[in-house]
Amino acid sequence: MNLQTIVDRLQLTVLTEPRNLSNITPQGGYTSDLLSCVMAGAKSGNIWVTLQAHMNIIAVAAMLDVAAVIITENAQLEEAVIAKANEQNVILLSTPKRSYEVCGNLWEMNIR
Amino acid sequence: MAPTRPQTEQEKFGRHRPLTDRDAHEINRIEELSYDLKVREVMASKIITTSPDVPVSSVLDLLRANRISGVPVVADANLLGVISLEDVVRALQKNELAMPVRNYMTTQLVTVNTFDSIMKAIKAFNEKRLGRLPVIDEHHKLAGIITKGDINRGFLLALERDYKEEEVRRYRASHLFEDIISDRTTLVLRYNIKVGDFNNGGNASSHIKRALLRLGADQQLARRCGIAAYEAEMNLIIHTNNGGILKLEVEPHRISLITTDDGPGIADTQKAQQPGFSTATDKVREMGFGAGMGLVNIQRCVDKMELDSTPGKGTRLTMRIVVPPETLNSKKGSS
Repeated sequence: MNLQTIVDRLQLTVLTEPRNLSNITPQGGYTSDLLSCVMAGAKSGNIWVTLQAHMNIIAVAAMLDVAAVIITENAQLEEAVIAKANEQNVILLSTPKRSYEVCGNLWEMNIR
Repeated sequence: MAPTRPQTEQEKFGRHRPLTDRDAHEINRIEELSYDLKVREVMASKIITTSPDVPVSSVLDLLRANRISGVPVVADANLLGVISLEDVVRALQKNELAMPVRNYMTTQLVTVNTFDSIMKAIKAFNEKRLGRLPVIDEHHKLAGIITKGDINRGFLLALERDYKEEEVRRYRASHLFEDIISDRTTLVLRYNIKVGDFNNGGNASSHIKRALLRLGADQQLARRCGIAAYEAEMNLIIHTNNGGILKLEVEPHRISLITTDDGPGIADTQKAQQPGFSTATDKVREMGFGAGMGLVNIQRCVDKMELDSTPGKGTRLTMRIVVPPETLNSKKGSS
């Protein structure tokens, strides 16, 4: 399933610059707010679900080449974080839902 | 249909969506190119022309045969005018197809020079709503024709050149260890890491990852080094008194990552390596650090890790990764 479909179904807001999401196919997912755990556990091409919204998630996401980061509970991002994400080619998505719910939805959509 | 889809950027902001930094960067590049690229570089120089003395009917054949809608009228390579399909139609209405071209050509022309930037051509296209412009050289002779399509093609070629430059850089870097002969070649990259500089956290390690990719490391190797470098970099930012130095040493057979700092030092280095052990403050933990997994992650990514520390003096963390034969050589480098 491609990222655009996921964005549409979960009604996610795309925070980073618009780009073609339909040719990105996330492979599985990972959730944690502890960056070292993400470094250890997330695989390239995963969707990372977190409520962390500060600058350092971009470095982690870029290092791991995750397909996208879903930021939950509408955690507010500073402009500089979004700018850095654009610069590093990281896709940031946002939702008011909680991480638990988002992961449940993704799991049901067979992103496993 | 239920409106489940979030608004697109365009729906939300109309045509004037706010520019991101990346947009700005790309626009800057195109803008730069608009001034850098000269008309001469993108124009078509093989052009079809006609003489002012031939009958209009011959122009009709010329237009039809070449599927174009107008041609420059030239005598001794001097541009006299342009005759277009419209002009031919005017002649046809008056039944004057046998009249010479000079009677029907348009002489009030907008032209650009070969040495103009294509920005000038873009402006002319936009202001005069023209489809093509004749191009004049420094001797006022006709040198070519430029269309919007030529400009687009010029941009695309220039952007492709940019892309190729990165490829070339990568290729050159990947041959470093072949081209420079010594008994032992080592490339050393040094990064000064400031304590508490969370905003730049991860920058050094992302530079390290990119450098390794340019040197011909595969994704897997670059990622392992990148993760180890990231954890070590964050340790300097989070735990040191005055920051420290992150050093990358690349040799054909081995990559070393070394961090050094001048304190506070670690009292029990064994304990520090236990999964989950952390001395991070609550403030740092709130940002998602302090899981007590940093050193554990490093150990997982590298082949050998040594942690030396003296409380009150400082800490030195050495990480070594064995490079599989042929990795930092020409074999994989250029792809």
